[in-house]
Amino acid sequence: MSSLATTIQGVFNEPGCAKNQTKSEAERKKGCTKQLEPGGAAGGCAFDGAKIALQPLTDVAHLVHGPIACEGNSWDNRGAKSSGSNIWRTGFTTDINETDIVFGGEKRLYKAIKEIIEKYDPPAIFVYQTCVPAMIGDDINAVCKAAKEKFGKPVIPINAPGFVGSKNLGNKLAGEAILDHVIGTEEPDYTTPYDINMIGEYNLSGELWQIKPLFEELGIRILSCISGDAKYREVAYSHRARAAMMVCSKAMINVARKMEERYGIPFFEGSFYGIQDSSDSLREIARLLIERGAPDELMARTEAVIAREEAKAWAAIAAYKPRFKGKKVLLITGGVKSWSVVAALQEAGLELVGTSVKKSTKEDKERIKEIMGEDAHMIDDMTPRQMYKMLKDAKADIMLSGGKSQFVALKAAMPWLDINQERCHAYMGYVGMVELVAEIDKALYNPMWEQLRQPAPWDTSVVSWQAKAIAQEDAEAAALAADPVLVEQARRARKICNCKSVELGAIEDAILTHGLMSVDGVRERTSASGGCGMCAGRVEDILAALGVSAEVSAVPFLQAAE
Amino acid sequence: MATVKIVKKACAVNPLKMSQPIGGAFAFMGLRGSMPLLHGSQGCTSFGLTLFVRHFKEAVPMQTTAMSEVATVLGGYENVEKAILNIYNRTKPEIIGICSTGVTETKGDDVEGFIRLIRQKHPQFANFPLVYVSTPDFKDAFQDGWEKTVARIIEVLVEAPKNPARRDPAPVNVLPGCHLTPGDLDELRTILEDFGLEPAFLPDLAGSLDGHIPDEFVPTTIGGIGVDEIATMGQASWTIAIGAQMRRAAEAMQAKTGTPFRVFERLCGLVPNDEFIMFLSEISGRPVPPKYRRQRGQLADAMLDSHFHIGGRKLAIGAEPDLLFDLSSMLHEMGAAVVVAVTTTQSPVLERIKSDEVLIGDLEDLETLAKARDCDLLITHSHGRQAAERLKIPFYRAGFPMFDRLGAGHQLSVGYRGTRDLIFNISNLIIADREQNHEPTPDTWRTDREPDPSTDQAAALH
Repeated sequence: MSSLATTIQGVFNEPGCAKNQTKSEAERKKGCTKQLEPGGAAGGCAFDGAKIALQPLTDVAHLVHGPIACEGNSWDNRGAKSSGSNIWRTGFTTDINETDIVFGGEKRLYKAIKEIIEKYDPPAIFVYQTCVPAMIGDDINAVCKAAKEKFGKPVIPINAPGFVGSKNLGNKLAGEAILDHVIGTEEPDYTTPYDINMIGEYNLSGELWQIKPLFEELGIRILSCISGDAKYREVAYSHRARAAMMVCSKAMINVARKMEERYGIPFFEGSFYGIQDSSDSLREIARLLIERGAPDELMARTEAVIAREEAKAWAAIAAYKPRFKGKKVLLITGGVKSWSVVAALQEAGLELVGTSVKKSTKEDKERIKEIMGEDAHMIDDMTPRQMYKMLKDAKADIMLSGGKSQFVALKAAMPWLDINQERCHAYMGYVGMVELVAEIDKALYNPMWEQLRQPAPWDTSVVSWQAKAIAQEDAEAAALAADPVLVEQARRARKICNCKSVELGAIEDAILTHGLMSVDGVRERTSASGGCGMCAGRVEDILAALGVSAEVSAVPFLQAAE
Repeated sequence: MATVKIVKKACAVNPLKMSQPIGGAFAFMGLRGSMPLLHGSQGCTSFGLTLFVRHFKEAVPMQTTAMSEVATVLGGYENVEKAILNIYNRTKPEIIGICSTGVTETKGDDVEGFIRLIRQKHPQFANFPLVYVSTPDFKDAFQDGWEKTVARIIEVLVEAPKNPARRDPAPVNVLPGCHLTPGDLDELRTILEDFGLEPAFLPDLAGSLDGHIPDEFVPTTIGGIGVDEIATMGQASWTIAIGAQMRRAAEAMQAKTGTPFRVFERLCGLVPNDEFIMFLSEISGRPVPPKYRRQRGQLADAMLDSHFHIGGRKLAIGAEPDLLFDLSSMLHEMGAAVVVAVTTTQSPVLERIKSDEVLIGDLEDLETLAKARDCDLLITHSHGRQAAERLKIPFYRAGFPMFDRLGAGHQLSVGYRGTRDLIFNISNLIIADREQNHEPTPDTWRTDREPDPSTDQAAALH
């Protein structure tokens, strides 16, 4: 059994991840987890990520080995839906106390497993490691192994204590655990040439069920969904699928890639958010299945379903066109799933502000991703006041974003819709997109806004807080503009790399003092672009602005040798 | 007198309890310009933060020292220093409240020592309010974290009065337990002000988490009691502590400033409010305003109208000690039987709960016993929703968290008016349940058939 450190290193080397491939050896070693600033952010931990990835497995008992915080503060907080068992929503924790910390918590863990089997008899138990037992050296692998032998039931260790990294790393460690212990351990009753896996789909708000009827109509069977509305056994025999779709971008890429490597299951990355994306994904699934031996006629049937569904969806959306005429949407999100809604919003006649993209071709979409990815980063760093000003300046009628900016938008009496994972509406597939448009309509045309934007009757003489916020922002901007020293300071203080918190001035200084020629050089000196890598383009721009041309920077070693 | 039993299980199932550090952070949220900071890994903060955001539907300030595995092993001085500097520079807080977690307590970080070093190294923190509370996750519960934190805030931030002999009668301190909502605090404020008193609440969640739209956008708490106001609390004529958990803070206040205190363990129900109102009348020297005479009459009438429904109900309740004591006592006084009582942590009030036994356990215990003892009213926080669905009995949500219904911050239980509304809400739940699930049918009283719960169910549906 490999150690946790080795597993983490393996995840960082994931060859399926394009981002990894562009990094240097040293960079890869550091890993893809954004080093969090103390006092600067509050994302989830690796344990959180692991739990998110696996908890939707509905018939498994998820046992958290740790103090009460890890499970007590977080259980039953996800919107995944189950068509069968509800044991996944039961909170199980060893709730370790001081005595366990002094004497070790392994015995308690073993007893806890025994209690769960006696009382609930689930087909499998997943045991999650957390920080405190990891520190005191509780060996959950050994306990799980002993329990498995004793009780004759799969007891799977999920080794992702919170402090090893971010949520994203936790997703991948969870993937490693099921690759090591679950996938390939059972056989399906029968197989068909139409069996597929969905990887990284969690069935939040029951979204999977918006797509499933289409699959059923086409005769395509979801052999296993990892992990939305899945049963343990389905994941255990998922290695018999013919093809796989990786849904949630990179969260479980290691699972998709290793299943391809080990079991020859080809996969593609797709999404069911947006009409075009849904059609593309259906086609891709059909294509992969045919490649693996399904009859060719599957494609014709798929095209027929796509044509019918698209026509239906567009017709439904067209009805909103007159109502949306001249309405502007401000779309801000870090969630990858939402790029693909852009086309549908435009088709419904909404104008997108904050991006110049007119039509969403594939290349355009890449650009939106880039632009919005940066903006999404930016918004995390913005003060609420600045955010409010942005809303005002954009003259948007509605804002679509993730949960974090919700309160600012709403308190500014701005219609707002949640398009990230916390939302309670399902927006997947053709029906989902129509649902999204309907929701936007409801939010936009609620008569409430007009009343809320009126000041209280006794407030007529007083300046509203909205006006005050704008005035303060403007005053600060004016004060800035009047003083050339401050202007330069502000210019230099512009944040270029959000992950590593590097400002423009620092990068310029580094380039000038050390004669840097390339993004790599800048990264080495200043750490800029050493996080998610999104800002590499901006660093290139800075290099270009300082007279270091892009061609030159592409061959830094030659230049250095001269 | 109830026997307190600690459930002996290796595995807690469906926890009722939440951890101590977030109880501590919650207390810091009642301070103006405050940023609570958990010294632990980032998940410690993000789980708590999510709970608060879902409960209040508000942006909630809460930060983390983001301890990595390596930092945990080597000690967290640098992370604490960096976090404090970052928070200070980015959010311009008036106070940073630091709570430890299981991770950093297992390592044994000396945070008080860290703070002394930070004050020496960075002159801007020489007199800046940095309050640290030790709150390991592996001990105690949410309510304890709140209790310790409020006591600590008093020890650190309240100044001894210059002339303790001369006290202005109007200012009074109110130390509310964590079981009171922002709505409860506003209700209490109104009552105290009606007696001409000038209350200062510590913590004051009504100023920060009542959902108001602030005059200015700030990344810290948007209201609450200011550090300057806390400093002068020693000059108040009285300290009123609400809930047994606040005795410790009230004693700390008395020890530091000599301010006398009175603990009101309950403010839900007729008799507790009679005592409270008479006490206010006494310390203010004013007669009870007519408004409260009328409200008392309304509560009495509500009790008369409701006792048909609440009387005889078999209550299963799971809550932190003070809330458990308050609600179960009130319902007991309305004729309900407290059949199952489950709580999270030790407290002196537990043995006075009107039940044979009180369990320190989880929601599995609550559900199992409620079923075995045939309970027909369930009260606990939102995590009880799964149990309620299986038990098919009326479910009243009370306590923290309440994430699946709106208005958690404004649910009242204090005062004559709050009690009146609470009684109506519970009665209406019971009435609705009877209409939906227990309407009589021609077969209801037949004795010539085998009793079978499934046909009962079917009959109820027809």
